[in-house]
Amino acid sequence: MSIQQKLFALIIGAGVFLIILEMVRRRRLAEEYSFLWLATGLGIVVLVLWYDILERLTRFIGAVNPTTTLFIFGFIFLILINLHYSVKITKLTAQVKDLAQKLAIYDKEKQGE
Amino acid sequence: MSNEMKNHFAIIIPAYNEGGRIALTISGIRKSTDADIIVVSDGSADSTAGEAKAAGALVIELPFNLGYGAALQTGFKYALKKKYEFAVQMDADGQHDPLSIQALIEPILKDEVDIVIGSRFLSEESYSAPFVRRMGMYFFGFITSVLTGRKITDPTSGFQALNKKVMEFYASRAYPVDYPDADVIIMLHRKGFRFKEVPVVMHNAAKPSMHGGIINPLYYIFKMLLSIFVTLLRKE
Repeated sequence: MSIQQKLFALIIGAGVFLIILEMVRRRRLAEEYSFLWLATGLGIVVLVLWYDILERLTRFIGAVNPTTTLFIFGFIFLILINLHYSVKITKLTAQVKDLAQKLAIYDKEKQGE
Repeated sequence: MSNEMKNHFAIIIPAYNEGGRIALTISGIRKSTDADIIVVSDGSADSTAGEAKAAGALVIELPFNLGYGAALQTGFKYALKKKYEFAVQMDADGQHDPLSIQALIEPILKDEVDIVIGSRFLSEESYSAPFVRRMGMYFFGFITSVLTGRKITDPTSGFQALNKKVMEFYASRAYPVDYPDADVIIMLHRKGFRFKEVPVVMHNAAKPSMHGGIINPLYYIFKMLLSIFVTLLRKE
């Protein structure tokens, strides 16, 4: 991995981490949702700085370039984040449905009074 | 209608944009039973709710469209709250013949079974459905029959009568509001509910019901197979 690649990955990783932290601080993002994002940013930084782990990981998964490893893991994290959202959406959909039903029934009962 | 609380039942009709048709459906039902009629207007953009009220139904209006299953479930939740012991679910489009209600509710009132499913294929009168739809009904009828160990001829029927126990199940989170169908019959079977099919008359709707009529057939097949599969995986 060239210095240039390392620098680029570091900036991206640290950038993501800091932006997420800032958003949590401003309450634009709930802590709950920030976890996977922070892990992604932190993971990139750690792997770049601790190059040994990255090389071992590369051999382990059978990749040729450490850069590939970095992006594969970035990609896997993104998929996990999406999955996390799908689970959340499922739950929210059920909750919204329950609320709408409760409201409609409540409305009906009030009319009857 | 409190003269015979023991046989007190509600007819639950989910309706989405059925203006111009719902009043006719309600007056048709009125001719054959004096049961309370609960119409759940599923975020209809037209005059469905107003027409249903004018026709003498109890109308619940959902603030936005939740889909057939969730609208139906709203009716069950309301019926449970109002302490109805039994319920009949029907479509709003007039497809389900009100004259069949008696045959449907009879085994429930006698406590022979917990749920009665109206089958259009057991009746003398022929029901013509498009080929693909017919094949789908046949296919899921076959799967449902194999999994429940008894002949199910019409697993997609939304014309059902049920008692309080089944209403409670339908009102729970376990009920697949997405598109309740053959998977519900398998769930009922696994929960140990007693059920049977009786012949009912169904007419071909003049125009397909807005509810479920627009469900993508491929998604329907996928959803049903997945739902049945995970139902079998659940320990209940």
